[in-house]
Amino acid sequence: MAQHEIRVKVNGTEHKAQVESRLLLVHLLRETLGMTGTHIGCDTTHCGACTVLLDGVPVKSCTVLAVQADGRAVSTVEGLEQDGKLHAIQEGFWQEHGLQCGFCTPGMMLTSAALLAHNPDPSDGEIRQAISGNLCRCTGYVNIIKSVQYAAAKLRPAAESAAE
Amino acid sequence: MEPRTSAAVCGMGHSMKRKEDPRFIRGQGRYVDDIKLPGMLHMDIVRSPYAHAKILAIHTEKALAIPGVLAVITGETLKAYNLHWMPTLMSDTQMVLPVEKVMYQAQEVAAVIATDRYIAADGVDAVEVEYEPLPVVVDPRKALEPGAPVLRTDKEGKTDNHIWHWETGDRAATERAFAEADVTVKQDLYIPRIHVASIETCGCVADFNKTDTHLTVYMTTQAPHAIRTVFALVAGHVGLSEEKIRIVSPDIGGGFGGKVPVYPGYVIAVAASVVIGKPIKWVEDRMENLQADSFARDYHMTAELAAKQDGTMTALRITTLADHGYTDAAANPSKYPAGLFSICTGSYDIKTAFTEMDAAYTNKPPGGVAYRCSFRVTEAVHAIERVTDVLAAELKMDPAELRFKNFIQADKFPYKSALGWEYDSGNYKAALEKAMERIGYTELRKEQAEKRARGELMGIGICSFTEVVGAGPSKDFDILGIKMFDSAEIRIHPTGKAIARFGTKSQGQGHETTYAQIVAEELGIPAAHIQVEEGDTDTAPYGLGTYASRSTPTAGAAAAVASRKIRDKAKKIAAHLLEVSEDDLEWEPGKFSVKGAPQKSKTIQEIAFAAYTNHPPGMEAGLEAVDYYDPPNLTFPFGSYICVVDIDRGTGEVKVRRFMAVDDCGNIINPMIVDGQIHGGLSMGLAPALFEEISYDESGNISGGSFMDYLVPTSMETPKWETDKTITPCPHHPLGAKGVGESATVGAPPAIVNAVVDALSHLGVRHIEIPMTPERVWNILREKGVAE
Repeated sequence: MAQHEIRVKVNGTEHKAQVESRLLLVHLLRETLGMTGTHIGCDTTHCGACTVLLDGVPVKSCTVLAVQADGRAVSTVEGLEQDGKLHAIQEGFWQEHGLQCGFCTPGMMLTSAALLAHNPDPSDGEIRQAISGNLCRCTGYVNIIKSVQYAAAKLRPAAESAAE
Repeated sequence: MEPRTSAAVCGMGHSMKRKEDPRFIRGQGRYVDDIKLPGMLHMDIVRSPYAHAKILAIHTEKALAIPGVLAVITGETLKAYNLHWMPTLMSDTQMVLPVEKVMYQAQEVAAVIATDRYIAADGVDAVEVEYEPLPVVVDPRKALEPGAPVLRTDKEGKTDNHIWHWETGDRAATERAFAEADVTVKQDLYIPRIHVASIETCGCVADFNKTDTHLTVYMTTQAPHAIRTVFALVAGHVGLSEEKIRIVSPDIGGGFGGKVPVYPGYVIAVAASVVIGKPIKWVEDRMENLQADSFARDYHMTAELAAKQDGTMTALRITTLADHGYTDAAANPSKYPAGLFSICTGSYDIKTAFTEMDAAYTNKPPGGVAYRCSFRVTEAVHAIERVTDVLAAELKMDPAELRFKNFIQADKFPYKSALGWEYDSGNYKAALEKAMERIGYTELRKEQAEKRARGELMGIGICSFTEVVGAGPSKDFDILGIKMFDSAEIRIHPTGKAIARFGTKSQGQGHETTYAQIVAEELGIPAAHIQVEEGDTDTAPYGLGTYASRSTPTAGAAAAVASRKIRDKAKKIAAHLLEVSEDDLEWEPGKFSVKGAPQKSKTIQEIAFAAYTNHPPGMEAGLEAVDYYDPPNLTFPFGSYICVVDIDRGTGEVKVRRFMAVDDCGNIINPMIVDGQIHGGLSMGLAPALFEEISYDESGNISGGSFMDYLVPTSMETPKWETDKTITPCPHHPLGAKGVGESATVGAPPAIVNAVVDALSHLGVRHIEIPMTPERVWNILREKGVAE
């Protein structure tokens, strides 16, 4: 199997790795780099547990090859907390009981964070649409939507002052 | 209910933020697939493309030639250790790996051990198996016909596919009641196969140390202690001894009943680790999970009600054919082959009842596990709540009125049901009244009439369910002989902080928070300072695990009782410190004070310190207790749900517009968590009602075997759940609590079906099978001439 040398920036840190052509991004993250916060739930791009951001866009890392991430930036759950301070989306999920077993949570938070990055004031319907590729079996989604709204409300003043 | 403790202590009634969440929101949960041990190898499984076939040969040479493939394990490998078959929890037998034939599509045929998971998958592709297809039986009715191919040829003398017959109630009296009734109704119902599909699939890391013969298995299990004992009993002859077996159930990504059974994959991984002497990881993929792990439901039922002209129900009869796949691998208490199905008289005062069931073998995967429900309660509730609406239609009565007329009245508890249960408590009328008021039932009926006049299809469905959870009292409940108590072990440290360990295992229910709150309630130690641990059989006290909504009824009760034992000892220490008699002390959460002199007091923290530094002469040092709680009865949570649906006449799509759930689970420990459990349960009730089904064609090929066609509801289909509660404390639980994790899964499906049938009742529709897919509904619309 052909080997490739790739450089991937994960949560701001550049990693160099020698990978097989077929290695999936999710396995690069979990096995090669030891970042197990990104989970695998289906292998077929349906459940969204493996969602990470590739150059800021949510992708399901179980159907992205590691080589496709060469030269690009990946954001995972491990990068949400900054300088010991939780990201608003993390606070929201904790505050509003947006998680139970926690398995879908990293993917769900990254999808939500990407939504809020371009839509700081989403309606419940827009949140539902945004997370419709992320399955949760525990919560019934209602509290997830509240969690995203919590984060949106928390982030808005910051976004507004940045715009001024 | 106002909390008795302060927000700083966070006992019962506080919506405490969950203690487990800080690790989950940081991606620092530790699930099975996150575990990586030095020298660890990977296992992948070769599965059968046929539903029934003889195995003529398994060729492993090409697989073994792949660099990195170390071994291929077949049935013959395991046969050398007599481990190719294993017992099921229901005293049947199940293949670990086949030697002669396969019995369902996706059955395990061989396992490849390799240095990495990609190479293991390459190895699976390279194993060549020669099969000779055999006749396939997928329909349980056909399975029981004379002349059907006998599937279990391994069972000597077996001449048919019948597994067992079970019945309860008074057959003759029920026949009489039906003969004498003013009105009788009869409804066939099929509850199809579904799958829990927890987002984390199943897997394990088996680690056998050849030097000290210790086996550690990290596995996705809801019942680690029972698994340890099962391993010791099944594999004792190959040297596994219970004191050297450690089962660790780390963070679990959803269980819902699917992580109770022992799947062949676990056993093969353990066997491989024992043989090779290295840690072996096996994690199934989603298709393996859906296609081979235990299914739920698959009951073909006929439900009949007899009643007087005024609507008084006089008798219930339900006849069921249960499809168990090729072996009975249900996860029921041993004495209950049909689980707790006899709860089927539901919330109604039906004096006479009879139910019988036959179970059949077919060429399908085994199972019969719960799908977030307490042992077949969902099937029972679906039958009674559906046939109640059929009766209402027959009598032209409002379904709410019919329910009010037949509810067991609040002053009749404890109530002995016709099929033998003693319902502990209930107030069914109050719950339905509240649900009707909250959703605006009268106005909705008006709106429905107006819409009907305009040709629009809107329906309102009610379900007033009674659950039976918390197995269970040892006189009736055991699994493989092990009684279904559960346990708590609490140690108070010198500085007044605590560690509490339990025989249960959370899979998302929030035990680390809820149990801490129970101890906080009983001892006044802040929940924040109570460390809860579960899932490691080396450290936790023995218990039967978490399923069937049993954790609060059993281990939660044990937490309260163990805390009270600690309080009893604390009282003696306080009396010693305050130099008064124990009788002169009174307790308020967190401290003992002298009656009439409240300024003279000792806090639990002061007492804990004294337990290690200044304990009374003649008393043992330390402050700890263990309790193995054997519940005197099950608990009977209940609720009334009302669902409003609109049906699209063009597509047949059912849209759940509103769903009001009023639940009663007795006293509540953490209202936020209880609400979350109900939301989740409702979603897992919506799923089989509208979307999920696993079916097979005549050759035994699966449909619904991947997330492509097994439709787990997304955020787009799931409505905004509305919840409320009534509180009827459990009279026998130390905290007055019941269980709640599964109520909504049980109660939601009939409410949704009743709503859809109600929307079409004026067209003569009396019943619709689930899942009520757009195709199924549209075909009815077309048949009735209302499709657009």
